[in-house]
Amino acid sequence: MDGVTAVPADDIVIRVRDLQFRYPGAARDALAGINLDVRRGEFVGVTGPSGAGKSTLCLCLKGLIPAGMFGGTISVAAQPVAPGSAYVESSALVFQNPETQIIGLTVAEDMAFGPENLRRDPAEIRAAIPRYLEQVRLSGYQDADTYRLSGGQKQRLAIADALILEPRILILDEPTSELDPIGKDEVFEVVERLRRERSITVVMVEHAAEQLAEMADRIIVLDDGALVDQGPPDELYRNSRLFHRPDAERAPQISEVLFQLVEAGLISADQFTAREETGIERLRSLLMASPSAVVQHV
Amino acid sequence: MSDGQAAIQISDLVFRYVPGGPEVLRGVNVRIEVGEFVALIGQNGAGKTTLAKHFNGLLKPSSGTVRVLGRDTRTAPVADLARTVGYVYQNPDHQIFAQRVRAEAAFGPRNLGLGPAEVDRRVDAALALVGLQDLADEFAFSLGRGQRQKLAVASVLAMEPPILVVDEPTTGLDQAGSRGILDLLSRWNADGRTIVAITHDMTLVAERVPRTIVVNDGRILADGATRQVLSDTALLRTAYLRPPQATRIAQRLSDLGVAADTLTVTELFTQVSRLLGAPGADTARHGASEANGRTV
Repeated sequence: MDGVTAVPADDIVIRVRDLQFRYPGAARDALAGINLDVRRGEFVGVTGPSGAGKSTLCLCLKGLIPAGMFGGTISVAAQPVAPGSAYVESSALVFQNPETQIIGLTVAEDMAFGPENLRRDPAEIRAAIPRYLEQVRLSGYQDADTYRLSGGQKQRLAIADALILEPRILILDEPTSELDPIGKDEVFEVVERLRRERSITVVMVEHAAEQLAEMADRIIVLDDGALVDQGPPDELYRNSRLFHRPDAERAPQISEVLFQLVEAGLISADQFTAREETGIERLRSLLMASPSAVVQHV
Repeated sequence: MSDGQAAIQISDLVFRYVPGGPEVLRGVNVRIEVGEFVALIGQNGAGKTTLAKHFNGLLKPSSGTVRVLGRDTRTAPVADLARTVGYVYQNPDHQIFAQRVRAEAAFGPRNLGLGPAEVDRRVDAALALVGLQDLADEFAFSLGRGQRQKLAVASVLAMEPPILVVDEPTTGLDQAGSRGILDLLSRWNADGRTIVAITHDMTLVAERVPRTIVVNDGRILADGATRQVLSDTALLRTAYLRPPQATRIAQRLSDLGVAADTLTVTELFTQVSRLLGAPGADTARHGASEANGRTV
């Protein structure tokens, strides 16, 4: 399926055409012809099974797979990904495995590494560190040894490492996989706040379907290196044949229940939603209108 | 259930990583019976992994006792504990070190002093259980994350321990991978083995695990039937956790006749169907709840 949307060209911050990539020595393509446009300020969720190509797409968008090694074209912030391209400063990537990313001995050193490399003012960097640590619930950890952090703390530090760069485009590869439910919510809240305050563009690989359905403008589904489906959460989870099967990627539970009610002919398709609050409101109205439910209630 | 030997019996466990340092576990009492399947939940840093590492003697109590099938972990030989309690680490790459899949899975049983025929039998069985039999001769690090996770589980299963501890077994796995691991643990448990799973995945706990223990700030905050624990929203909030979405929805609709301790999508769908007047829907909730209705 085609990920290209009809919007004015200057509103497109990420443009991917016919992207093909195969890891050296691999038997098949990791990415097999991806087309994708991401609008300025858009929040795009990326989902799909293991091995679908999600992480590889993130690496390509960040320019970590050098031009010449992939087929097709990628442009980010109107600059093509090519040797010497400077666009990378406008984007930041949070890796799937935080240990790939964390290099400082202490939390503060680790956070300073990125902005120092961009030659930001040292005093400003020092002042910014506590602010971003607070955003990821690591206040007071400046002097902590990074190797002593728990898996969840490392994941949050990796996010702070990206946030302190104040990127225009934030690419996150499963940033909440090791976080507890509240920790997941907090990461989503941080990302949402950054979008609101600075209208950054977000591409986020994530299995947490419930949070994604609340936040994402659009979810794209990768499978076997191809973009196989996409849409706003309410449409995707209603129409896609890729969800609501036992082995399928997880869909929000509200969408599972409403999907089954639609399929059973008990509610109409226009009652469907993938969002929790909207779903609860709709179920409440439906139940209050039902004679059987009133009997239960009395 | 309190007669006979517990799989794991923990009394007044206090633990400090450094003598005189802060207490990471602050007076834990838990009894897990042989054949139980228990989830350990809690926020990052609550002490779940520290507690679980006491189950196989990897950590020893600063005070209090930990008994595994009756034996005190401070005096039991490490080799005996390793035979009794299998431990699958959170990150499979912390565990996998052999080049080939088969060699990785064979390391544990060979270390138990088993003969080559028995090692082969166990390795074949364990790899088949996790669905890696066709990849036995592959390089371990050429596997994807989900497959490496399965290999880490298989390597421990091959030791055929009566007690299995798995730390975040589904982290980083897709839905098919997560369900595959849970199916495996359920089958292993159905054979009478004791399983303790540390997890953040409330949905999988709700669907699969009969008993849930909440660890918070080095203490046991709650310990009981999963249905009771996961539907106690106020208690979970104390531990920075929250019920599965199906439970949250059910609780917001409880004044309209939806049970506040609903745990799964199937249960919620069945109740809403009945309330909306679907014919023949009224018996299904009972059926759906049985999987989780086991009391502790």
